[in-house]
Amino acid sequence: MKAFLQHFSFEFLKGIRNKNLLLLNYLFPLGFYLMMGLVMVEINPAFRDNVIPAMVIFGILSASLLGIPDPLVNARENGIYRSYKINGVPSLSILLIPAITTIIHMIIVSLLITVTAPLLFDAPVPVNLFNFVLIFFAIAIASTGLSVLIGVVSKSSRMTILWSQLIFVPSMLLGGLMVPFNMLPNTAQKVAQILPSTQAMNALNGLAMGGTADFSPWGSVATLFAGGIGAFLLAIYLFSWDSRNTTRRGHPLLGLLAFLPYVIQIILTS
Amino acid sequence: MCSSIIEVKDFTKKYGDYTAVDQISFSVEEGEIFGLLGPNGAGKTSTLECLEGLRKPDGGSIRVADLEPVSEFQKLKDVIGVQLQSASMPESITPVEAIKLFSAYHAVDPRFDLLEKFGLKEKQGSQFFELSTGQQRRLALALAIMHNPKVLFLDEPTAGLDVTTRFVLHEMMRDMQKSGTTIILATHDMAEAEQMSDRVAILLQGKIINIGTPIEITAAGAGLTKISVRTQSSELPTSKGSFPAVTHAFRLEEYQIYFSTDIGSTVSAIISYIEEKNDTLIDLRVERPSLEDRFLEITSNGVN
Repeated sequence: MKAFLQHFSFEFLKGIRNKNLLLLNYLFPLGFYLMMGLVMVEINPAFRDNVIPAMVIFGILSASLLGIPDPLVNARENGIYRSYKINGVPSLSILLIPAITTIIHMIIVSLLITVTAPLLFDAPVPVNLFNFVLIFFAIAIASTGLSVLIGVVSKSSRMTILWSQLIFVPSMLLGGLMVPFNMLPNTAQKVAQILPSTQAMNALNGLAMGGTADFSPWGSVATLFAGGIGAFLLAIYLFSWDSRNTTRRGHPLLGLLAFLPYVIQIILTS
Repeated sequence: MCSSIIEVKDFTKKYGDYTAVDQISFSVEEGEIFGLLGPNGAGKTSTLECLEGLRKPDGGSIRVADLEPVSEFQKLKDVIGVQLQSASMPESITPVEAIKLFSAYHAVDPRFDLLEKFGLKEKQGSQFFELSTGQQRRLALALAIMHNPKVLFLDEPTAGLDVTTRFVLHEMMRDMQKSGTTIILATHDMAEAEQMSDRVAILLQGKIINIGTPIEITAAGAGLTKISVRTQSSELPTSKGSFPAVTHAFRLEEYQIYFSTDIGSTVSAIISYIEEKNDTLIDLRVERPSLEDRFLEITSNGVN
């Protein structure tokens, strides 16, 4: 327990101390939130209803998809995991503690957004706070799970950027943050449903913000939890201590199985 | 030094078709400082990594402190200390945090005194990337010894260290040896290996080609002794047959250098020659072959 707390404390402080992580955990999501609140609400007043859910999800995606994988890959490539291994740090701690501390940073950012958005932009507050918190944890687990998995299966920083952007960019364009799901063409809707952000926006609208869900909101919550837990399990299974280790337990493409719950959900809602 | 703490028998490590270590066997006694020498690619790192439990051997058997390194790694990690060749830590961790973190994982009290011992006290709150290379290596050393390991693996421990820290490290190694710690020292620094090791093994192309005390290994060489002579007139003969047992000779600045297979007869003849010529001896140095000379001889020949 003492070791866990020491590790947790270091990883949490790293999220503030490291300039890149500070940017991705706090400055980028909060700066983007202020910009969107100031600009988008003026251009499209209907966006006001989405400020809190969209910007909370954006903060989660920024801190996880952009912030988690690269340090994991760099640590493996630079032999930090080897130092960890010989000093008895378990692989589970290496994978879970950065995810948990990132979720703490997400909670701080989400609180700042949820508290200030009604004051600054007259944004509506969640009508069901319990569901809001539940869905927050669902998307946080789904997103950090995928991010840890990307960090485990990527061979290099360049591959990390590719995999992360493959989820992050479509999430911004199709995930319901900027353009409502029901305004997307049918095919795009099916593609969008494979993104955690789409599932999270659907669940928040249907269960927490007093809006209407486009498809089963509880199905979305279940998909996010299943996807997140699945991604963590795959990351633990595929973890290797160093890049020269040829005894990885499975092919990195096995990581794609993390999207299975989303595919099942698409099939069930078709 | 009474029982083997490391037993390696017919150990083999392969990477695909390439055999990095080929059926080597050796043992290390408890409390011994054992040097592992060899040129790049000789198999030192593969051997170390398998002893440390970081890699799985492809053949033979390895026992460290009566444990099988890979399958019993959870027990092994608390009885070995490892200072890796490249000191790798998260870039934003501070020395104090590193000590706290790893001591917690080893379930021992943090040894902050080591920060002072290794000259890191003033940098204890600095992030790892702000430390110099030497400071990073000193921190890695402190982390390797803070749980009082039975076996300490040091991979190029003095690379990048200044003279003072190098001295501190050597003192620390001797202190640890006195308290019963076995030290495996992989190094390119032959002077360090000769000075610190009780025994050394020289690896070449995945095989041990020589093992023994530094004196035994140097004695097993061609046995040439270097004799450097300087006289007032600087008129000593330069040909190899000029004195008994001289195999070759050359001039180096003010000195005449001879390589002899028999020091006694060569030195007597040189002194007689100087007296005969009414010359004055200014300096005469006799140097036995060093471990480095022997290492170069072995590795350039490729065989013992």
